[in-house]
Amino acid sequence: MKKQRPVNIDLTTIKMHPAANASILHRVSGVIMVFAIGILLYTLSTSLTSAEGFAQIQGYLDGIFFKFIIFGCLSALTYHLLAGVRHLMMDLGFFEELSSGNTTAKLTIILWLVISVVIGVWLW
Amino acid sequence: MVNVVTSAGQNGVHDFILVRASAIILVAYTLMVAGFFIISPSVTHDLWQSFFANMIVKVATIMALLALLVHAKIGVWQVLSDYVKSALLRASLQFIFSVTLLVYLVFGFLTVWSV
Repeated sequence: MKKQRPVNIDLTTIKMHPAANASILHRVSGVIMVFAIGILLYTLSTSLTSAEGFAQIQGYLDGIFFKFIIFGCLSALTYHLLAGVRHLMMDLGFFEELSSGNTTAKLTIILWLVISVVIGVWLW
Repeated sequence: MVNVVTSAGQNGVHDFILVRASAIILVAYTLMVAGFFIISPSVTHDLWQSFFANMIVKVATIMALLALLVHAKIGVWQVLSDYVKSALLRASLQFIFSVTLLVYLVFGFLTVWSV
């Protein structure tokens, strides 16, 4: 059976609503996390091996490049966690309507930006 | 006959539950580590090492890495099956990411083991 329905898969013509932005950011942050965990595990391992290793990581963190990488990892983790909690609440039946779903999507993004700023201030 | 295209569990429902169960473990672990940084004004090497020398933290770390293996395995599968159309490339990437996640598990295990 072939349905003759209009199909639009041209992403550039689709207006992204807040829930769509929250969804794609969750996916992007998840993919970033797969790589970020490797960096965080390397940092953990080096800092735990010896006092020298710990000092080495502290030295890296004084540099702008490594600091920015760690900030990126923590920011991606923050977003993925917040959006994940939103998903779990939706699984329980909350915020499933169009308007409440968009509201929690906006809240998630705002909360993420606020926590990212806090992490940034703490790191710098 | 419906083809079963699932990533870690035996079916879609199993995958659905595995993602959420592992997510809860990962949230708990993240909050625990974040809590350590919040209550420790300045993290010294001694403090950092004594935190990870704690058996509860060691077990939690290994639990989190096991949860991560399952969680990320399913997540990677979802992303790859959406965007990568070539079966060979998709399977190859899935293999590389799965091995990477296993390396994370073993690496993290050995890291907390030796503290």
